[in-house]
Amino acid sequence: MKKKPKVRLIFPGRRKFFQNFIFVLFRLAAVINGLALLIIVYFMIANGWQAINWEFLTQPPKEAMTRGGILPCIIGTLYLSLGAMLIAFPIGVASAVYLNEYAQPSRILRIIRLGINNLAGVPSVVFGLFGLAFFVVWLKFGISLLAGALTLAAMTLPVIIGATEEALKAVPNTYREASLGLGATKWQTILRVVLPTALPGILTGAILSISRAAGETAPIMFTAAVFYTPQLPTSLFDEIMALPYHIYVLSTAGTEIETTRHLQYGTSLVLIALVLGLNLIAIIYRARLQRRMQ
Amino acid sequence: MAIRRQLKEQWMRVFFFCFALASILILSMIVVFLFMEGLPIFSKVSVKDFLLGIYWYPTSDPPDFGILPLIIASLSVTFFSALLSIPLGVMTAVYLAEIAGRRLREVIKPIVELLAALPSVVIGFFGMVVVSPFLQDFFGLSTGLNLFNAALMLAFMSIPTICSLSEDAIYSVPVELKEASLALGATHLETIFRVILPASISGIATAVILGMSRAIGETMVVLMVAGGAAMIPTSIFDPVRPLPASIAAEMAEAPFRGDHYYALFATGIVLFFFTFLFNILADYISHKYRQVGAATL
Repeated sequence: MKKKPKVRLIFPGRRKFFQNFIFVLFRLAAVINGLALLIIVYFMIANGWQAINWEFLTQPPKEAMTRGGILPCIIGTLYLSLGAMLIAFPIGVASAVYLNEYAQPSRILRIIRLGINNLAGVPSVVFGLFGLAFFVVWLKFGISLLAGALTLAAMTLPVIIGATEEALKAVPNTYREASLGLGATKWQTILRVVLPTALPGILTGAILSISRAAGETAPIMFTAAVFYTPQLPTSLFDEIMALPYHIYVLSTAGTEIETTRHLQYGTSLVLIALVLGLNLIAIIYRARLQRRMQ
Repeated sequence: MAIRRQLKEQWMRVFFFCFALASILILSMIVVFLFMEGLPIFSKVSVKDFLLGIYWYPTSDPPDFGILPLIIASLSVTFFSALLSIPLGVMTAVYLAEIAGRRLREVIKPIVELLAALPSVVIGFFGMVVVSPFLQDFFGLSTGLNLFNAALMLAFMSIPTICSLSEDAIYSVPVELKEASLALGATHLETIFRVILPASISGIATAVILGMSRAIGETMVVLMVAGGAAMIPTSIFDPVRPLPASIAAEMAEAPFRGDHYYALFATGIVLFFFTFLFNILADYISHKYRQVGAATL
């Protein structure tokens, strides 16, 4: 009887100490992630902010891309990512509605899900190859805005499906039962009750997919983007410039890599601001939604 | 009236089903077009020579199409990045799900999401202009663009995937298990290592595999910071040329539907199958060892 309290006295201290020590390590791991983000963003802001001025944002590149601005790249990226969203959004939402509202567990459902997961895992450069072989060559779209937007749409489809499914799952089943109980058909229930309730969540997913499409480089390398084009795009079949490809080209190709460093940082900063800005909007919007749900 | 409504219901069901098939359709078209443009190379080079040849000189005369150095580069870059990303990703997930208070969690979780959202070209650019000169000075190397740098940058691209999927897995461990362990006198740490992690190991394994799949397929980072030498690396500071980097760098110069062009598509097939295998494996693990509830343990 005497020994037992002693054991309790010694071990809680050591166990507690050991636990605290390990927990500090875990916290450190989390901090390293935060630091990585901060350091990258810090370097882009510290070196990029001088490059950013009105001319940079509103003028095309000049003198073999060593001066001037990035307006065509900004426009090109906006067209590409919005275009990809316009194509992928309806397909993705309809697909998620089937998976969440209609489908019963079955072999076909399992295969469809496997297909979506695998599509999400296809490397971005393989999407580029596919876009080149199918849209550019086989459908004869050429290197064009249309081919790039379609390629990006294929890539962002799983993102939209995932986000929409999440939003549909969050709609309480009582809503569906109430609507069905009033005599509405399944389709009426989906259209008038389920989709409106899930809409904010679906839109969050749409924002995230725009930001994903805006930041991708490899899928548009062979399908839409070019080093330099003097005109802003006027048709779906025009070649375009895009922010991510512009960064890649300026920082790796040509003879002026060192002298255009400030332009590279500036372009990176604009791209980061666009992508992280969209993500922040989505994150804040979602946090608000969750609070309202509770 | 009722019949018309029922008929419409049937049609809507079919309509949505067609859209649900879109992903499968795209995936199979990717396979078809990769093979259509990639297979012709095998009339010039045997599959064995293509996969196991150690010389990749696609533009010399006669050209050599051996992608073994590229495969080894991809695997080694992925392996070394996993050494960093698995512990960091899983530890962050445990911290978020088990240790952090609510307020800290609400700060760190968005940070991890933002890290995932950083465009790969920006991370590649950062590796090129900031990390590379640093490595060069610090280790006294001839070039900072090498396997180590690429693995480092890739690790931070796969950490968010590993972290958020692991966190979901840890979160879905039934709370009864945790309570039982604590009630038996185990400390929180002992509970994490002996109960929570074993119970969520299938989810964590899935997360790790998907994270590595992301690393092996990532293009811009390895294109910009891996150095680009198509040789079998002998040290961690050797420049390398992983599969995606080779495709992205050379496609623009490859003559349309020439041997080089076909060879790059065939390289794409190999890359596709690597990630396909990773994904099938992840799917298999997550279904076979699915956590359903306390009763399954």
